[in-house]
Amino acid sequence: FMQRGLDSQTKKQLEEEEKKIISEEHWYLDVPDLKEKESCIIEERSFIPCEDLVYGRMSFKGFNPEIEKLMIQMNSKCKEEEIEVDDKMEADVSDEEMARRYETLVGTIGKKFLRKRDQRVLKDDDEDDAVDEDRNSNIIPSKKAKKMFLKPQD
Amino acid sequence: QYVPVKGDHVIGIVTAKAGDVFKLDVGGSEPAALSYLAFEGATKRNRPNVQVGDLIYGQFLVANKDMEPEMVCIDSSGKSSGMGIIGQDGFLFKVSLGLIRKLLAPKCEIIQELSQLYPFELVLGMNGRIWVKAKTVQQTLIIVNILEACEYMTAEQRRQALAKFLGK
Repeated sequence: FMQRGLDSQTKKQLEEEEKKIISEEHWYLDVPDLKEKESCIIEERSFIPCEDLVYGRMSFKGFNPEIEKLMIQMNSKCKEEEIEVDDKMEADVSDEEMARRYETLVGTIGKKFLRKRDQRVLKDDDEDDAVDEDRNSNIIPSKKAKKMFLKPQD
Repeated sequence: QYVPVKGDHVIGIVTAKAGDVFKLDVGGSEPAALSYLAFEGATKRNRPNVQVGDLIYGQFLVANKDMEPEMVCIDSSGKSSGMGIIGQDGFLFKVSLGLIRKLLAPKCEIIQELSQLYPFELVLGMNGRIWVKAKTVQQTLIIVNILEACEYMTAEQRRQALAKFLGK
């Protein structure tokens, strides 16, 4: 009759019972989860940073000049960090110098364009340059003024 | 007994050459490995001239209790910065690890006093090994004896001993 179905049902029941038994056998913690604390302890196995030890290779009285240079380099690494901080401060001061130089740069580049016109002006004094009046008109009187200024010295 | 620590500079003695890797005796429980490419300017064609029995000053790349320690003679930036094969001549001897710590302290009196005697070269390994080289064998041996005895002498005794040599 229903034997095959019963068999499958009993099998399922048996399996479920087995699972229950197995899961009960598994141990589990009933304790609430502990929060993971960030460990404040760092493990350091070498004592070089602890005592700030010097580099192990040394030379004295010029026995090995390369190693003496190394000694200065290695020992100044500690001081170099301080020097870097100072350089940043000095960079702020040099902004003024940068501004001055920038002004002169603009002046020199401007002169570049003036020179050709100055050459034209020098070559042909009589001609009237209608193209760029302002600069030339400003320059000519100034140059003539300069020339005039030189004359009494002669 | 020295325990290898990552980043420590030590003096090692080459005990074996296994293909591309050298085995170095560092004074620890295991021999350290050093690849021939771990030198400054070393390529597959340009191999460093390392023989069995050579002294090498290098630092540990890998050093934990689970693995064989590995050494390199090169910086993180690719420069040798004093590491590599230690040259000919000179004298290698062992001292306790505590004395090395003392000697490597930032302002070590022992080394300052010794440096005023005569020119010499000194390499200190964190594994307790010191290598000394001076112009004559006698000078080298004097330095060796002073360094070995420094452990047990007080500062005054040391100055007395050094004064004798300065007098000579």
